[in-house]
Amino acid sequence: MGERDGHLLTVAGLEALLQALTAQGRRLIGPTIRDGAILYEEIEGIADLPRGWTDEQGPGSYRLRRREDDALFGHVVGPHSWKRFLHPPRRELWRARERDGEVELRPAALPEERLALVGVRSCELAAIRIQDRVLLEGPFADPHYRAMRERIFLLAVDCGEPAATCFCTSMGGGPQAREGFDLALTEILLDGERCFFLRTGSAAGAALVAELDPPPADARAKSAAAAVVERARASMGRKMPEADIRDLLLASLDHPRWERIAERCLACTNCTLVCPTCFCSTVEDTNDLLSGETVRSQRWDSCFSAEFSYMNGRAVRAGTASRYRQWMVHKLATWHDQFGSSGCVGCGRCITWCPVGIDITEEVAAFAAGAAVPAEGD
Amino acid sequence: MEIHDLEEVLRGHPFFEGLEPQLARLVRGCARLQRFDPGQRLFREGEPAEHFYVLRRGRVALELSVPGHETLVFQTVDAGEIVGIAALVPPYRSLYDARAVARTVVIAIEARCIRDKCETDPRLGYELMKRLVPVLFQRLRATRLQLLDVYGAPGD
Amino acid sequence: MFMAPPATDIAPRDPLLPRIVRLRGKRREIRGVWSLEVVAEEGEPLDFAPGQFSMLTAFGVGEVPVSVSGRTRDGIGLVYTIRAVGAVTAALCGLRTGAPLGLRGPFGAGWPLEEAAAREVTVIAGGLGLAPLRPAIEAVLAAGGRLVLLYGARGPSEILYPADLARWQSARRAQVEVTVDHAGPEWHGHVGVVTRLVPRARFDPDTALALVCGPEIMMRFAVSSLREAGLSDARIFLSMERNMKCAVGFCGHCQFGPHFVCRDGPVLGYDRLAPLLRIEEL
Ligand SMILES: Cc1cc2nc3c(=O)[nH]c(=O)nc-3n(C[C@H](O)[C@H](O)[C@H](O)COP(=O)(O)OP(=O)(O)OC[C@H]3O[C@@H](n4cnc5c(N)ncnc54)[C@H](O)[C@@H]3O)c2cc1C
Ligand code: SF4
Ligand code: FES
Repeated sequence: MGERDGHLLTVAGLEALLQALTAQGRRLIGPTIRDGAILYEEIEGIADLPRGWTDEQGPGSYRLRRREDDALFGHVVGPHSWKRFLHPPRRELWRARERDGEVELRPAALPEERLALVGVRSCELAAIRIQDRVLLEGPFADPHYRAMRERIFLLAVDCGEPAATCFCTSMGGGPQAREGFDLALTEILLDGERCFFLRTGSAAGAALVAELDPPPADARAKSAAAAVVERARASMGRKMPEADIRDLLLASLDHPRWERIAERCLACTNCTLVCPTCFCSTVEDTNDLLSGETVRSQRWDSCFSAEFSYMNGRAVRAGTASRYRQWMVHKLATWHDQFGSSGCVGCGRCITWCPVGIDITEEVAAFAAGAAVPAEGD
Repeated sequence: MEIHDLEEVLRGHPFFEGLEPQLARLVRGCARLQRFDPGQRLFREGEPAEHFYVLRRGRVALELSVPGHETLVFQTVDAGEIVGIAALVPPYRSLYDARAVARTVVIAIEARCIRDKCETDPRLGYELMKRLVPVLFQRLRATRLQLLDVYGAPGD
Repeated sequence: MFMAPPATDIAPRDPLLPRIVRLRGKRREIRGVWSLEVVAEEGEPLDFAPGQFSMLTAFGVGEVPVSVSGRTRDGIGLVYTIRAVGAVTAALCGLRTGAPLGLRGPFGAGWPLEEAAAREVTVIAGGLGLAPLRPAIEAVLAAGGRLVLLYGARGPSEILYPADLARWQSARRAQVEVTVDHAGPEWHGHVGVVTRLVPRARFDPDTALALVCGPEIMMRFAVSSLREAGLSDARIFLSMERNMKCAVGFCGHCQFGPHFVCRDGPVLGYDRLAPLLRIEEL
């Protein structure tokens, strides 16, 4: 099934691939420029991709910039992540109609739509696997998530130019898509011509390759792809400290630094919304006065909100320090206990989209430094 | 005979458990057995506190009379416990009423007598102190929890 | 697609979808507290393990976690004892007999009764905390175990399940002590916080298990008294409460350190809780 061999795809070949996915009855979702950012929206083909654009990212800053070339995937990740399609920001769970003491309960229909996600990065494949563990592989499974998940096609892309906020390599990932995809692309230049080294990761991917029948990749294409990945690996913008972060944070629960972070954190919830693994949700019951129906919906929630921990008339986590602590300790420490891995994939979104530029790698480094010098009074 | 018995009774009570015989004899010299019927008071708030009581049997309710309010029982003390610590602490006045709620048998220890003996034999004073402090400590802790009024239904 | 998530052998039923049950009867227990008897529409028995909870929906108002406090007399339904404190609990307590309500669950890990039934169990309950313990008490007595029950309430008029308490009191292998925080002069029982009863409890700290439920502060005090009485942390179990929205590990609300209280709890061993309970605002 040619994973090791790979194929070579021209730009026109990529367009043909996207059209073949459309022909399967799939809706294409991919990166496209909208409102000054690269978002994941419905696309029709490569014309909608942010060709020739890149995103400059830093703590609390994001800016689109024209590239010197016409790369199709010469950018990294924006404020959207794929979770908005698999675990949507809001969805109806059921509606009920009560009449004469009888209740008729109707569960929301399961999605039947088939999506093809185009340009999925390695960190995002890792994030999807993490959400699988939460929503499918525990004692209970979320049927909506399962229905979406079983139907998606994942067209991955290796990263060539990590942003200044990226640190996937230090979270055990890397710029190259390694597993969990149907097909994966590496954007390369061969004799000045833009093309793609194509790898196959599943039977569905192999079937498409068989249908399109692109030429096999030669040694030159392979080594060009390897060089792209190698360069990316070497230019990773940030690094998570190499400590046992789980033990470090669990030993720091009453560290004074949480209060220092809280002086900056606005509890705006941005970091949890852009995070590709944050899964928390809440439910809302609303009454439709016209139809007399009660509707229960689920929507994303954030551990930064006061209501999140509300119990017996007050919030258990009353201050921002304890909320930030909950977020970071869950993501980097207790996630290991719960799901057997870190909850962080190193995509850097929380750093970019934090309005005050709080940098999770810098905070971990500060705890690590504090742990090394316990006498320091902070 | 009777007096010898009282010394054994004393040393058999959890409060005086393990007290060496010589010191128990000193305490015995200040002690006598006393019975209270249900409803009978051991002492009243504001009175000079002349005795400190070691309960052998029964139950004593500690109460506060609050003007315009039903008398409030804030604690009960059962066999094995003590009551009337005010008799050992200046200004030696009772801080609340103590009323038997069951047939109650106590060893009443005359406070001035025991205080004098503690002064002359600090070993006795120290023994008494070691036994009193944990009781006070536990009551303080219980009071703290009681103050929190943790079961309170909302709205009151 | 690559690596289809492994098929789990759970029922295909949506865990977030309630089933419709009916309120068969209700009774006022104490001021503001009602017990609801709930039966399935088709009359098939509803099951649970002592210490588990359900998610109850008052249609049009919302859904809340409530512990199962017993079985109906005929064994087919479940009983819930609810204090009306807010919108949903007030709506549940205000339902009329025969009204439909939504039920999910039962969920969570209950009391460690397999371990406990044959031996000694010391139960410390405060206020409404007696509700999730009632089925455990019945199970221990039914299995011939030895029971010590220390129960604290605010005042004599707020003692839950007085008839059950009297029945347990007369059981052969039971020591039942009830205390109230304050009382009038007509009350002849204990007055004082429930932890003061611990030294009176007759149990062997090497074999007894302690099951504790009540307000979190009360549980903390109870644990320190139990430890003074010689019980090791691994023999003490607390029923924890946290905000819960899903009860199945999806919503994240109930997290307490590494634990999902809905799934790993609500009953958790104190050996696992001790390092967490000392952290503020966890
Ligand atoms: C495992 C478990 C078992 C339980 N067992 C029992 C039991 O047996 N009996 C019993 O009586 N209770 C029990 N409870 C407690 C019971 O679930 C709560 O009393 C109930 O959720 C309160 O809901 P309410 O709508 O009536 O009141 P509220 O507390 O007013 O509202 C409930 C929800 O609405 C939201 N909310 C309300 N007000 C605010 C606000 N000001 N700000 C933000 N959000 C707000 C919160 O998200 C809250 O969770 C149990 C709880 C748990 C976790
Ligand atoms: S860390 Fe930043 S993004 Fe997250 S809640 Fe605080 S201010 Fe918002
Ligand atoms: S209640 Fe939703 S995760 Fe526990």
